Amino acid sequence: MTNEELQACLTGEFPKAEITLGKQYVEMVVQAEDLHETSAKLKALPVLSFDYLFCLTGVDYPEKMQIVYHLESVKHRHTLVLKTNTADRVDPKVDTVSDVWQTAKYHEREVYDLLGVKFNNHNDLRRLFLDDTWGFPLRKDYKDEVRIVER
Amino acid sequence: MGVKSKKEFEANDYPILAEYEGGSIVLAKLDDLINWSRANSLWPLTFGTRCCAIEFMAVGASRHDMSRFGMEVARATPRQADLIIISGTINYKMAPVLRRLYDQIADPKYVVAMGGCAVSGGPFFYNSYAVVKGADHVIPVDVYIPGCPPRPEALLYGMLQLHKKIKRQRYFSRKQQKNTPQP
Amino acid sequence: MSETKEIIISSDKIHTDEYLVNMGPQHPSTHGVLRLLVRLEGEIVHHIQPHVGYIHSGIEKMCEALTYPQFIHLTDRMDYLSAHMNNEAVCLLVEDALQVEVPERVKYIRTIMDELSRLASHQLWWCVMGMDLGALTTFFYGLRDREHILDIFEETCGARMTVNYNVPGGLMFDIHPNFQKRVKDFIKEFRTKLPEYDRLLTGNVIFRQRTDEIGYLSLEDAIAWGVTGPSGRGSGFSCDVRKHNPYSAYPLVQFEEKLATKGDTFTRYQLRMEEMHESLHIIEQLIDNIPEGDYAVKMKGVVKLPEGEFYKRVETARGEFGVYVVSDGKKNPYRVKFRSPGFSNLFALNKMAAGHKIADLVAIMSTLDLVIPDIDR
Repeated sequence: MTNEELQACLTGEFPKAEITLGKQYVEMVVQAEDLHETSAKLKALPVLSFDYLFCLTGVDYPEKMQIVYHLESVKHRHTLVLKTNTADRVDPKVDTVSDVWQTAKYHEREVYDLLGVKFNNHNDLRRLFLDDTWGFPLRKDYKDEVRIVER
Repeated sequence: MGVKSKKEFEANDYPILAEYEGGSIVLAKLDDLINWSRANSLWPLTFGTRCCAIEFMAVGASRHDMSRFGMEVARATPRQADLIIISGTINYKMAPVLRRLYDQIADPKYVVAMGGCAVSGGPFFYNSYAVVKGADHVIPVDVYIPGCPPRPEALLYGMLQLHKKIKRQRYFSRKQQKNTPQP
Repeated sequence: MSETKEIIISSDKIHTDEYLVNMGPQHPSTHGVLRLLVRLEGEIVHHIQPHVGYIHSGIEKMCEALTYPQFIHLTDRMDYLSAHMNNEAVCLLVEDALQVEVPERVKYIRTIMDELSRLASHQLWWCVMGMDLGALTTFFYGLRDREHILDIFEETCGARMTVNYNVPGGLMFDIHPNFQKRVKDFIKEFRTKLPEYDRLLTGNVIFRQRTDEIGYLSLEDAIAWGVTGPSGRGSGFSCDVRKHNPYSAYPLVQFEEKLATKGDTFTRYQLRMEEMHESLHIIEQLIDNIPEGDYAVKMKGVVKLPEGEFYKRVETARGEFGVYVVSDGKKNPYRVKFRSPGFSNLFALNKMAAGHKIADLVAIMSTLDLVIPDIDR
């Protein structure tokens, strides 16, 4: 499906989400509480069948934390960018999608490690690269006088 | 550095001072024999973290042969090695592991910091929160080899410098030479 | 008189325990600093838990303080065996975002260098695969041939491994006048060497017994765990970015995407050997027809991407590599994320190796072709 057809199809299926045509891919923003249901539906519907999650990113904006999922369908070869926001920066929590796409299990651990976003119902949420006493380095307000040599 | 003349040591001199007819009596300094045997059969530990490990493997391969220097026996366990070539970045999670490996090697042991990351943090010096800025913050280093990654010939030159350093050691002289580094 | 009693020992009365073995960060077979906590019962592996982070250097955070041409040299150091392809991903992203069209000459040279990098990476994989299983001879054969490719890189790009030859807009300098002749000589010579590789490992009875029927990964698992590259194609997952989202000169060449369905270790091995043949075929189609022209397009001194998000995918020797950049219009990116193939490939290891013996675990890991700095960034 081309981007326009995909946008039309998604607008029909998911009325609550905001679907825009980005520069490269179709972008869909959902609320944090609808995330799990939307993900399961995106994978299960035969006309969409988004079964390959190839990138899971966390981005730290000044007023929100955004999690970005890049999805592709192996059968139809169309691509979608799914985003969800959470306004709580002190203790952000988002639903996990690791029961829909298994690869998300470790990507979400990485997002927790580097940004501090917790995932509900994740069965093994531990830090991945750093140890438990470290802060969350990828946040914009992370300061480390001892280790970082600024330039 | 306590050296009398340039002629005193060339890296690959034979330690024999005099040889009598037929070769049945050989006169040499015991220090020289020990140093010669130690330097020419250094067994490195297989310890490579980043890209420099591939250049280390290239030194072990057939074009730049490290077997000419007696070093092709790379042991996996520190108990059987006597040299660590730190090839790659050391970060805060890996530093205790490196320290433990160094402690497990029996004396005399030598350490070579290969590549920019091991010498000083390399390309990760600025703005990185997780990299130790130089392996000598963790263990004492004998030879530093710069480069990113250093050419295999540079690593071999570093090993020859280490041979020279080993051949300067003195175990049996009554008067220790001043400023001679001991292992 | 003593009575003799029969003592029957049956295995359900002997108490056995699982034990945890640490294949620690310093290990000759883990291809880098990877720590695996393996739960064993006897020699059978029940569960593997990888612990990563021993080479984590914070590259993504460093990129936020650097400009776009500056952080290209950091992508070299992530997956250092396909360094050219990592550099190309960032350059292509910048060029697509600024809508800059590079000359045809640049596209041809980038693709030739890509395929040479892929060959060098597969050669190193092959020699290490043999070495892990105990066949030390393959180490010397593979590295002997890899040195020829590194000579070509050194003559043209200046460095052997971390080449850093791409800049946004083209290449750093033009190819050496000897380049075409050297590459053609290399292809001719390497085609006589590939049958040697087959004689050494592929037809070897011991190797076949150690890799046949080991480490099965089904197609659904490959898609669910995001296993790309030859590891995914061995299970039937058609994921070659060169075919589905082509870039540089790939639309102009004829090559096949090799797929297999069996999904075991030997299939992945065979796929990589066939990929080496395909790479030679691609280089042969391009090397004689490099068009004349500039080697770079003049870009502005300070590269500033427009506001928005950009994603670029390339096919490295390990799988699909992606760069995701969130830009706010300034000269430093706001957020950079590298989607590394090793990260997804590694965590499918538990699925593949559970139930096999610990010696099979080494064979499975070496067929996944992991490079740990790629996982940890």
